[in-house]
Amino acid sequence: MSNYISKIFGTSPVAPLQKHMTVCCAATAELTRFFEHAAAGDWAAVDESRGQIVNWEQKADDLKHEIRGNIPKNLLMPVPRADLLDLLLVQDLMANKAREISGLVVGRRIEIPQPIQESFIAYVTRNADAAEKALECVNELDELYETGFRGAEVSVVEKLVHVLGTIEDETDDMQSNIRNGLFDIEKDLPPVDVMFLYRVIELIGEIGDLAERIGHRLELLLSH
Amino acid sequence: MENEVLFLALATVFGLFAAWGIGANDVANAMSTSIGSRALTIKQALLIAGVFEFAGAVLAGGEVTATIRKGIVDSTYFVGQPEILIIGMLASLLATGSWLLIASRKGWPVSTTHSIVGAIIGFTVVAVGFESVKWGKVAVIAASWVASPVFSGIVAFLIFNSIAWLILTREDPLERARRYAPIYIFITVFLISLVTMLKGLKHIQIGQQLESAECYAIATACGVVVAVIGKFFIMRIKVDEKADKEFHFHTVERVFAVLMVVTACSMAFAHGSNDVANAIGPVAAVISIVGTRSVTQAAPIPIWVLALGGIGIVIGLGTYGRKVIAMVGSRITPLTPSRGFAAGVAASFTIVFASGTGMPVSTTHALVGAVLGVGMARGFSAIDLRVVGRIFLSWIVTIPAGAILSIIFFLILRAALT
Repeated sequence: MSNYISKIFGTSPVAPLQKHMTVCCAATAELTRFFEHAAAGDWAAVDESRGQIVNWEQKADDLKHEIRGNIPKNLLMPVPRADLLDLLLVQDLMANKAREISGLVVGRRIEIPQPIQESFIAYVTRNADAAEKALECVNELDELYETGFRGAEVSVVEKLVHVLGTIEDETDDMQSNIRNGLFDIEKDLPPVDVMFLYRVIELIGEIGDLAERIGHRLELLLSH
Repeated sequence: MENEVLFLALATVFGLFAAWGIGANDVANAMSTSIGSRALTIKQALLIAGVFEFAGAVLAGGEVTATIRKGIVDSTYFVGQPEILIIGMLASLLATGSWLLIASRKGWPVSTTHSIVGAIIGFTVVAVGFESVKWGKVAVIAASWVASPVFSGIVAFLIFNSIAWLILTREDPLERARRYAPIYIFITVFLISLVTMLKGLKHIQIGQQLESAECYAIATACGVVVAVIGKFFIMRIKVDEKADKEFHFHTVERVFAVLMVVTACSMAFAHGSNDVANAIGPVAAVISIVGTRSVTQAAPIPIWVLALGGIGIVIGLGTYGRKVIAMVGSRITPLTPSRGFAAGVAASFTIVFASGTGMPVSTTHALVGAVLGVGMARGFSAIDLRVVGRIFLSWIVTIPAGAILSIIFFLILRAALT
């Protein structure tokens, strides 16, 4: 007893991709809380927050493997398979980055110096905002599939990607401000800690970069 | 001729058996776009399938029935031995019915059309020899098996692109859907009723008196009536603010769900017009031979024979096909009403057109071709080409399987009845 017409359709990658992105965003969003606790020196809360990020990252990893398994070769899709897998990869990198940052901070008990705390938290939040905007873009995917990647819906996504680009520019400016702030006080801090702090700032900035790359991947999908 | 009553009784029973097999196995494919897209409940789908399969069989099934009955076998080879042709036709019915039964149980994708054509060729070759098959006609039929999915795919590609261009890609897709949906309904109903009247109806009494101008007028009237009814239902659809984002695509799809009802009717009608002939063609052949006592004379097909096929399909649908349909309904497919409409309408155009020209084509293949066409127009998120390949390859197995089964049944029946 079987029906072959319904077997023709492969699993749509749209909803799983969106779910994966939601999970990745949960990991980057947690980073704000993570650094708030770190700034306050509440290491118990920091460890708990770190546990959350690790959980989200693992969940994203599981979803990634599941999605890869459901996009076999012989599929006829409106967008190239390689581009979808690329998008998935960049999304996943974002969660990985959140895990790497939290691991570094927890492992070395890196403290955020008082003078730059405020701008530091704002910087983390803005990068998480970029990730959130990228999620918004990915959530337009189902509408894009509905229209066959054409027409008015395309300009909606293009607008979102543009906003995403503006947020990323902001994070770049914030990054150089924080670096300057840190440079001014670095003589009074333990040199090794300062080196790692620069590294953490850099890594946080990469989240914004990855978010922007997600936007560009989506634009790539539109250009086919 | 001896055994006249026996032959007629066997033809009726075997014909019902084959029609039952078609209803049990094949109708689910024809209805799958409507049920898969959630446009219809299973009960509604069964009702529509029952009514329109029957209508298609009776109103437009005559031409393909004639092809199956006398298009494949050169009956002049049977002039001295009409009962051999009768036994062969009975064997073909039995072969098709059993093959469908086996295939349904095993879950193989089979085509009724391919198995009946294989079966008729099989018994003819054994009974007389290679020369008694009209190979030219068989070649045309085989060509139609290639052409029908291709044609259906091209039509589906064009229809879906027109939907995308007129409705989906615009700033106000909902208003546009409300405006254009009745036009799509009109075109669908107009074309299908026109082809039916111009080509199919000549096999039944009323059709012979219709002038072609009258056909156009009636087809237009049918189209307008159904479009107005459709418009009424479309206007009643309210915007679902909760489920909708900027472009109201959720509501747009609900407008297309109204079109899917029309599509479901035309698919069932198309399937009835083409596939019922697979069961009824051989029955008609037997009745004609018994009635005229000649293998070459062509008696008109009695309407009750077409109705018999329709009844058989409805029984098959009710007893076994409903399970298959329920299974289709329970599976989540990415088949939204806008896609289902494009694919379903393209397939039903193709099949009704093939019915009009007497070509026995496979409903499943036409539908698969249509789905691929929509896929090429970037309409589906993912189509599994391996499954598509398996469906198209299955007929290579089905033709010899039908032939071998038919040869076995033929030898048994000939030994028993002569």
